[in-house]
Amino acid sequence: MSTPIKESRGQETALTAAVAAVIVLLSLLPMLRLIKEIIAPGGTLSSVAIETGLASPSTWIATWHTLVVGIGGTILAVVSGTLVAVLITLTDIRARGALVLCYVLPLMIAPQVTALAWLQLFGPASPFLKLFGAAPPLGTKNPLYSTSGIILLLGVQYGPLVFLLVRAGLRKLPRELVEAARAGGAGWFTVLVTIVLPLMTPSIMAAAALAFVSCVGNFGIPAFLGIPANYLVLPTLIYQRLAGGGPAVLGEAAFLSVLIGVIAMAGILAQELMSRRRDYRISSTSLAADPYELGRWRPWVQAGMWLLIVLVLILPLFGLVLTSLVPGYGIALNAKTVTLDNYRFVLFEHAAASRAFFNSFWLSIAAAFFAVIVAVPIGYLIAWGKQRWVRLLNLSVELPYALPGVVLAIAALLMFLRPIPLTGIQLYNTVWIILYAYLARFLVLALRPTIAGYHQIDRALEEAAQVAGAGLFTRMRTIIFPLVAPAAIAGGLLIFMTALSELTVSALLWSSGSETIGVVMFSFEQGGDSNYAAAMSVITVAVTFTLMLVTNLLAPYLPSGVLPWRD
Amino acid sequence: MARLTLDNVTKNFADFEAVKNVSIDVADGEFLAVLGPSGCGKTTLLRLVAGFEKVTSGEIRIGDDVVSGKGGNIAPENRRVGIVFQNYALWPHMTVAENIGYSLKVAKLDKAVARQKVEEALALVNLQGLGDRRPANLSGGQRQRVALARCLVAAPSLVLFDEPLANLDVHLRASMEDEFSAFHKRTGTTIVYITHDQAEAMALADRIAVMDRGRLAQLATPHELYHEPANEMVASFISQGILLPADVLSAEQAGHCKVRVLGQELLVRCRAGEVPRTGAKICCRSADLDVSPDGPGFDGLVKRVVYQGGGARIEFAPSAGPDLTLHFEQPDPVLLQSGSQARLRIKSGWLIPAGVAQG
Repeated sequence: MSTPIKESRGQETALTAAVAAVIVLLSLLPMLRLIKEIIAPGGTLSSVAIETGLASPSTWIATWHTLVVGIGGTILAVVSGTLVAVLITLTDIRARGALVLCYVLPLMIAPQVTALAWLQLFGPASPFLKLFGAAPPLGTKNPLYSTSGIILLLGVQYGPLVFLLVRAGLRKLPRELVEAARAGGAGWFTVLVTIVLPLMTPSIMAAAALAFVSCVGNFGIPAFLGIPANYLVLPTLIYQRLAGGGPAVLGEAAFLSVLIGVIAMAGILAQELMSRRRDYRISSTSLAADPYELGRWRPWVQAGMWLLIVLVLILPLFGLVLTSLVPGYGIALNAKTVTLDNYRFVLFEHAAASRAFFNSFWLSIAAAFFAVIVAVPIGYLIAWGKQRWVRLLNLSVELPYALPGVVLAIAALLMFLRPIPLTGIQLYNTVWIILYAYLARFLVLALRPTIAGYHQIDRALEEAAQVAGAGLFTRMRTIIFPLVAPAAIAGGLLIFMTALSELTVSALLWSSGSETIGVVMFSFEQGGDSNYAAAMSVITVAVTFTLMLVTNLLAPYLPSGVLPWRD
Repeated sequence: MARLTLDNVTKNFADFEAVKNVSIDVADGEFLAVLGPSGCGKTTLLRLVAGFEKVTSGEIRIGDDVVSGKGGNIAPENRRVGIVFQNYALWPHMTVAENIGYSLKVAKLDKAVARQKVEEALALVNLQGLGDRRPANLSGGQRQRVALARCLVAAPSLVLFDEPLANLDVHLRASMEDEFSAFHKRTGTTIVYITHDQAEAMALADRIAVMDRGRLAQLATPHELYHEPANEMVASFISQGILLPADVLSAEQAGHCKVRVLGQELLVRCRAGEVPRTGAKICCRSADLDVSPDGPGFDGLVKRVVYQGGGARIEFAPSAGPDLTLHFEQPDPVLLQSGSQARLRIKSGWLIPAGVAQG
C-alpha cells in the first residue's frame, strides 16, 4: 500500500557541498599552505625556517616594535573609545547621532589615508600650518615619524572600533541594574565605576582584543610613519624583505607572517582568559537606563566632544584637501597657487594611477558582488542549518579576516607562486591573485550582516514556502534572497568601501599592470609626491562618503548594528 | 482530502524525548485538535506531520502514502500539506495575490488558471479586491484569512493549524473561531489544529488529542474528555478538575459504582468492569460540590474566599485531608468567610480508570 519514499534532499546536499568547497578554497587551503611552509618547507619536515627566522636580529627588533605599538595603540584606543562611548551613550549629550557618525568615520577611512592626512597636517610642508605661518622650517623632521606618532594614529584609527563594541554593550545594560545601585545610595560616578564598567568588562575586553589584532596587523600607518624613520614592525619588515628579495625570501616572510598571526591569536586568547574569570552575564533585557543629566557640565562636555571630532576627523581631512590643492611640496596655498592639477594628473595623466582607479573599482565591485552571492547560502546554512560542522566552517570564514592581512597575502603568494596544478593557470603577478585575496579576506564582512538578517526573519516564512511545494533553490530565489537582500547588500557595500583603498594585501601582491589605489598612493608618498597621494586620497574618501549616504537608504530594512556609522 | 495516521511515532532530540509512542488516526474530513500545556510536544508533532522534523521511530501516513518512516522522509515540499502558521508567515515582499498564488507559481500552473484560482480563494475568505495590497497593510484578522487562502489554494490533502489564534485579541479570536468552523464545513478538509487553549479546542474540534510530556494522554470527543477523563493529568488539566483520593466499595453496575471519599459514601460514574479497589482517584468539577450544613458530607476549613463578581471562588481544605484543596464557586450572597468551618457534600464524580502507571 505504501508508495516508495524518495529522499528529496538533493538540493540541500548540493548547496552544502558548494558552500563547503568555497570555504575550503578561500579559508582552509591558504592557512594550511602557510603552515606547511613553516613546518615542512620544500615538502619535508624541518625546523630550518623557524630557526633562521629566530636567529635574525631584525625579527626580534620588529617583534618588539610590533608589541610596543600594538599595546600602545590598543591602550589609547580602549581608553578613548570607552570614554567616548560612556559619554555618548549614558549622558544627555546633544546631537548624539551626529557625534556617532563623526566619531566612527575614521574607521571608514583607510589607515594609510589617515596617516597621510596627519602627516600633511603637522609636517614642515603643511599648507595648513603655512596658513598661519606656523609651519616648521623645511627639512625639520615630522614629529609623527616616531613610535609615539604610530601609537597616536593607531589609537585614532581604532578608537571607533572600541567605541562601537562598548556602546553596543552599554545599550544592552538593563536600567534596573543602574537604578538598583542608585536606590542603594550610589552617586552616578560610583555607579559608573562599580556597576557599569565592571559589567562592560566582556565588551571592553573583546574590543581590546579586536583593537590589538588590528594594531599589530596594520600596515598603512607604520608604513607611512615608520619606514621613513627606519622603525620597522613585522608587517613592514615583511614588505621590505619581499620588495628587496622577491619570491626567494618567501620562506622567511612566511615565518614572519605566522609570527604576526601568533601574536594576534595571543591577544584573543588573553581576552578569553580574562573574561572567564568572573560571571558578567546579564540575564534580563529591558529598556536602557535614563541618560545621566550633565547639568551645567553639558556645554563643556559637548564642546570637548566636538573638539575631539575636529582634531581626529576634520583637521586631518582639511589638511589632506589643502595638500591636494597645492602644486608642489612646501608651496603655500593662496589664491595664486591653488590648482586642480594634482587631480587631473592622477586621474588622466599618470598611467599607473588611472589604471589603479580602474583596478581597485572592479576588484572591489567583484569582491562585493561575489561576497553577497555567496553570503546568502552560507548564512542560510550557518543561521538555519542543522549540521554542527557548518558552524565550524563559520569560524574558518572568520579566520582570514581575524588574522592580519599580511598573513593572508603571504598565504596567497605561496599558493599561487607556481601555476595551479592540472590547469596551468598562472595567478601570480596578475590582478587575479589580489581578487582571490580580497574574496577570502572580506567575505566575512558580508556574512556577518547576512547572518544577523537571517536571525531577524521568522523561519516560518521559509517553511510556508516549503509546504507550498517550493524546493530549496526556488525558496532561495523567491523568498530567502529577497528577505535577506538588504543585509547582504549592505555587507557588500561595506566590502566595496573597505576594498577600494585597501593597501595591506595589495602591497604584497601587486605587480606592474595590477596596481591598486592604495599601492599607487603609497608609492607616490614614498617618492615624495604627497600632493598626488593626497589627491588620490581625497577622491577615495569622497567616493566612500557618497557610498555611505547611498547605503543609508537601506537602513530601514537592516538589522541594527549593520551600518557602523548609524546610531 | 485524506486521512492522517500516526503509528507509534517517537521523536528524540539529542537526549530529550519530545514525542513518545504517539498513535493517532485522523479520519478523512475530521477536525482534530491537539491540546496540551507548553512543552508537551504538540508543536513537534505538527512539525513531524509537516515533514520539518524526521521521526526517530514509527510511521506517519497521509492517505495511503507513508510520508515518514523507516524508509525515509518525504520532504515538506512534496507532502501536499497546508499550514496556517502562528504568525501567519506571510511574505512581506509579495502582494496578497502573490502570497496566495505562490504554490501555483511553484507548480508552474498556467498563469490565467492560477489567477482564476487566486480570485476564488480570495472570495472564499471574503477578501475580494484586496489582492494588490501588501500584508503590512492588512489587519490581523485579514492576514489570518490570507494565510487560510494561501494554504487552501493548493488544495492540500490536510491542513495544519499552529496555534493560529495565539496572537489575536479576544474579540478577534471569537470571530476567527467561527470562521475556522465555517471553513471546515465548507471545504471538508482534514484539519489538525494545535492549541493550548481548551475553550478553543472544545469549540472547534470533532475530537481532541491531549498531550502530556510527549505522550498522548487521551484522544476523545470534547464531551468525553470533560466527563470521562482517562487519567489524572487529563482530569486536572481539563477545566481544572478536582482530584480526590477514593476507595471503590462496589463493582460497576449500570455505569456507576459506590466509593468512599473523605469519609463520605456516594455513587460516581465509572467505566464498565470496575471492581472494588483502594487508592483510586475520582475527578469532580466545582459544580459537583455543594455546601450542606447537615446531612452526608465532610467538614473542613475555608482557606480563601476570592470575590469574582456575582459570586466567589472558595478554596476549601477538608479536615480528613488538610493537604487537599477543593475549589468551587458560590454565587452571591457569599456566606462563607476565610478561616471559618464548613461542611461540603460531593454530589457526583467520575472514577478515574486504574489504567497504566504514568511516567
